[in-house]
Amino acid sequence: MRPDLDIVAALVGPGQRVLDLGCGDGALLENLIDERGCSGLGVERELDDFHACIGRGVPVTQGDLEQELPRIGAGDFDVAVLSLTLQAVSRPDQVMTEMKRVAARLVVSLPNFAHWKLRAALALKGKMPVTDALPYQWYDTPNIHLCTIGDFERLTAELDLKIDRRVPIDANGRRVAGLANRAPNLLAERAVYSLTG
Amino acid sequence: MPDEGPGIGIVETKRAVVFTGDRPLVLASGATLPEVEVAYETYGSLNEDRSNAVFICHALSGDAHAAGLHEGDDPGRPGWWDNIVGPGRPLDTDRFFVICANVLGGCKGTTGPASIDPATAKPYGLRFPLVQVRDLVEAHRALLRELGIERLLAAVGGSLGGMQALQWAIDHPTEVDGAAIVAASARLSAQNIAFSAVAREAIMRDPDFAGGDYYENERRPDPGLALARMIGHITYLSEESMREKFGRRIQDAEVPRYGFDVDFQVESYLHYQGQSFVERFDANTYLYMGRVMDYFDPFDDPVHVQNQIGQGRTSFLVLSFDSDWRFSTEHARLMASELRGAGAPVTFQEISSPHGHDSFLFAEPPEYHRTMAGYLDRLADQRGIPGREANG
Repeated sequence: MRPDLDIVAALVGPGQRVLDLGCGDGALLENLIDERGCSGLGVERELDDFHACIGRGVPVTQGDLEQELPRIGAGDFDVAVLSLTLQAVSRPDQVMTEMKRVAARLVVSLPNFAHWKLRAALALKGKMPVTDALPYQWYDTPNIHLCTIGDFERLTAELDLKIDRRVPIDANGRRVAGLANRAPNLLAERAVYSLTG
Repeated sequence: MPDEGPGIGIVETKRAVVFTGDRPLVLASGATLPEVEVAYETYGSLNEDRSNAVFICHALSGDAHAAGLHEGDDPGRPGWWDNIVGPGRPLDTDRFFVICANVLGGCKGTTGPASIDPATAKPYGLRFPLVQVRDLVEAHRALLRELGIERLLAAVGGSLGGMQALQWAIDHPTEVDGAAIVAASARLSAQNIAFSAVAREAIMRDPDFAGGDYYENERRPDPGLALARMIGHITYLSEESMREKFGRRIQDAEVPRYGFDVDFQVESYLHYQGQSFVERFDANTYLYMGRVMDYFDPFDDPVHVQNQIGQGRTSFLVLSFDSDWRFSTEHARLMASELRGAGAPVTFQEISSPHGHDSFLFAEPPEYHRTMAGYLDRLADQRGIPGREANG
């Protein structure tokens, strides 16, 4: 499993009902179902990933998460996970609001557009940054709503979401400690949040 | 998908008496049927620990002959679901033991309204008791007992077949590892019931219907049954597929004949469907199966369903087709959500296909069979059933 998914998995309690939005190949849910006795549902648009979920025995709905979310009942899940996907949805604020409606806890990870490498690319080279954490060119990126850690935390406040945990991570999904923990908006390439409504 | 290849070759329909006078079938309604015979076919072989059985539940007008050819058949006209059953196909007969049986109340070898009522020595007609989906399932289970199978790897079916797979998993959650429910509904809509009512009236208003006791008469309610089938057929196709198949083209002519006889190709097609149907189907069975679907409502007691689901570990696959307006995707979504509400793991997909309700019978688009194969393979892997390549 990707290292950042280990961090996400650690934020989910045993036996919880987990909704994984944009669940990819289902590795996180498989781990949570098999290792932590969770029940789960994935939502995945890409067909190859959808079939990978079937192959893992992970229950999944094939479709676009922004269309599927409103069809899910209020409070149907304990945890709603959105891992490195917020920046690719058309309305991040509405997705977060919907997640709050369907689950008591939100686990969200995102790339930080204020990381110093990106700032440097813009400031010094005058180019849209391309990094390990954000490897696309501006014209082919699926990431249409990039934000910074600071922006994201302002949105959570607007949506009345409380930050229970914030885990800054690097582009490989490994936890970063020390300075980065104190100045994540400058030094963390990504962050994982655990939020409650 | 590997749907090519020779298929499974020659098969035959077998029969088994599964209930008898001293051990009758007690129906969900409380009525009893003293004698039940089931017509069925099997493909592939049952493994040693009897864990590789996949049961095909058929739809309204189906029969036990799902795949392969009967002796002397035209090789171009195999069983009704041949494209999904056979070596290398999703219901891989190198891996699975596939069973298909004609439903209770049917007219293709299983006891139904055309069978002889032992009490009167005459055909049942409308004295055949009203049956429900769960009775259809009980007849299938009785057949499995005869075959020495206690547990299914999967129950699969489209339309009414999907309803049976759903009911089976709810009623006997520990006997079904997986239920693949395609183009089905857990509750007919008012529009569905309305179409069903018109079809029923077409049959019952036919002067030759004779209250259902037409078996010994010279004439049968063929026009009524043909009309019912024509109505049904309209709901099986999508507007798009009708447009592509027929458009407004004229049958056997370039210009319209202007009159009240069959003129458009689509009219000719419907007539053909109606006429060929009466040659192979019994009007009373059509009435009974219509009612089986109208009254189907397995989630009417959600707490009961939740208790049932909780006793097993059945995984569900629910599939719909975007051009199906008989059982639209909304039916499938509701079913998936009701199953999830009862605690069941459910995988759901709406597949894009132009063929309307009939899509479940087609091998195209390949996405459909890809999903079915992947789902069944996962169930088999979990049970430790050797994979496709191990048989190769």
